[in-house]
Amino acid sequence: MYPISDPKQLEEIARQIRLDIVEMLYRAGSGHVGGSLSATDVLVALFFNHMHLEPGNACCPERDYFVLSKGHAAPVLYAILARLGYIPREELFTLRQFGSNLQGHPDSKCTPGVEVSTGSLGQGLSVANGLALALKMDQRPQRVYTLLGDGEIQEGQIWEAAMTAAHYGLDNLTAILDRNRLQIDGRTREVMSVEPLAAKWEAFGWHTVEVNGHVIPEISDALKSCSQVKGRPSIIIAHTTKGKGVSIFEDQVKFHGVTPTPEEYQQAVKELQSR
Amino acid sequence: MGALPETVQFPAKESTRVEYGKILAQLGEEYPDIVVLDADLSGSTQTARFAKVFKDRFFNVGISEQDMMGTAAGLALGGKVPFASTFAIFATGRAWEQVRQTIAYSNINVKIVASHGGITVGEDGGSHQSIEDLALMRVLPNMVVLAPADGPETRAMVRWAATYQGPVYIRTSRIPFPVIHADSYTFKPGRGEILREGGDVTLAGLGLMVHQCLAAAELLAEQGIAARVLNLSCLKPLDWQLVVDSARLTGGLVTAEEHSATGGLGSAVSEILAEHFPVPLRRVGLRDTFGMSGKPEELLKHFGLTAEDISKAALTVMARKIRP
Repeated sequence: MYPISDPKQLEEIARQIRLDIVEMLYRAGSGHVGGSLSATDVLVALFFNHMHLEPGNACCPERDYFVLSKGHAAPVLYAILARLGYIPREELFTLRQFGSNLQGHPDSKCTPGVEVSTGSLGQGLSVANGLALALKMDQRPQRVYTLLGDGEIQEGQIWEAAMTAAHYGLDNLTAILDRNRLQIDGRTREVMSVEPLAAKWEAFGWHTVEVNGHVIPEISDALKSCSQVKGRPSIIIAHTTKGKGVSIFEDQVKFHGVTPTPEEYQQAVKELQSR
Repeated sequence: MGALPETVQFPAKESTRVEYGKILAQLGEEYPDIVVLDADLSGSTQTARFAKVFKDRFFNVGISEQDMMGTAAGLALGGKVPFASTFAIFATGRAWEQVRQTIAYSNINVKIVASHGGITVGEDGGSHQSIEDLALMRVLPNMVVLAPADGPETRAMVRWAATYQGPVYIRTSRIPFPVIHADSYTFKPGRGEILREGGDVTLAGLGLMVHQCLAAAELLAEQGIAARVLNLSCLKPLDWQLVVDSARLTGGLVTAEEHSATGGLGSAVSEILAEHFPVPLRRVGLRDTFGMSGKPEELLKHFGLTAEDISKAALTVMARKIRP
């Protein structure tokens, strides 16, 4: 039954999605494991507990919209789309291969459930704004969600879009910031400081909430509370661990875009299966 | 080759950006899904005409062209038909990667209508004179690239774009220039237009250089040379067949554009000729240089973009023609 409210069941889905991510990336031989695993719990709460969706029908006209602004987390999105029945599960393991519908970064021309192609960072929030504006114009009740990376918000366009969302009072928009504290070249505080995060978004006119991004009920509560906010957009700063769920990947800069060796893969699968 | 279109010889001047603003406000009445975005230049781009009538369907995003392109894409995904306008240099330069990634790569139904193309921007100088926009848009898959030759063509193109599904770039100009089409003109995508017949040389232009090509043909006629004049305002997809037919008929071409001679119409025609029917060609355009401040007429003269320059280029081409 959808949506799912039992936290245990949601945690189990998150565990299975993490297994899918590790399997997909191991078979693909390239891709972004760290930022997919950090965002898994947040997206499981969003897709399986909170968003208005119709499993099996990616084009349901009454659906809520999701834009994966941090497009390199495509594996977690694909694993979710497969569980929702938007793409065949076996297709997951064609990720990044020649002729696959699952491109290295999300491509809306190929993959049902991908609303817009992303991958070049900083662009998704603007698209989410446009969707939210269109929904408001037509007095449609749906909401728009977008997932941002904490490195991604170093892009200037994010702050242009942050102004636009507040200016137009887009209270049908919730952004989630995956605050995993790492980016390709190192820790965000070393590469380019992004703090104070909450104060920045508040100063831009956003309703701002901070959660532990690995506690699904906490994420669900935040999503619900943001849906009640009137007159301004919301952002959930989800404090996460990059590579979450596999000890050897956790908080390791290396596992932003490096896939596991056969030994690491075995260990990852073992850990996730025994949880 | 069809019959020559019904043309009106220089009765009046119109500004393509003003005609864009006017037709957009009219289309707003006809198509309730049309929405318009601007980045703090609505007076200059003329979208203010739409904004005045349809306040709730106009979104000023402030000085943030990158955000504007993404917002337009989102509005399109939400079922709207967005027209996004700013100066050509900002629409295609500042926001190029947003246009590429979010609009063209996803093949989203956004219409980018950019004003102030070319050097006839005038006094604002080289920083604001876009001589690269056609090149930047032409390299994008899925993108249709248009540069109307006058007011009637602007109205026809914008009307066409409103119902076409997919990304479109339309370049308008700051200054008024002569009207060459009848009011009844309808735009045919992917088709060039023969404005004047002649067998000695072909003059092919787009935007405000089309009327300069017609004037150049008059100058050549005084010397007994019959020039065929083409309006290639649909730069992408370009009328490949018309270019090859003209090369075959006249044996030599001149392209004319208010743009860098690299990357725009001159390059597009060169590519076709080189691959399919090589004949002598001269490209009238800016040669590896930026624009500068000045009156539009002064700049056109300085950069070699006048009817005289086109006719001289035609003579050069004719001298190089391979005679059987």
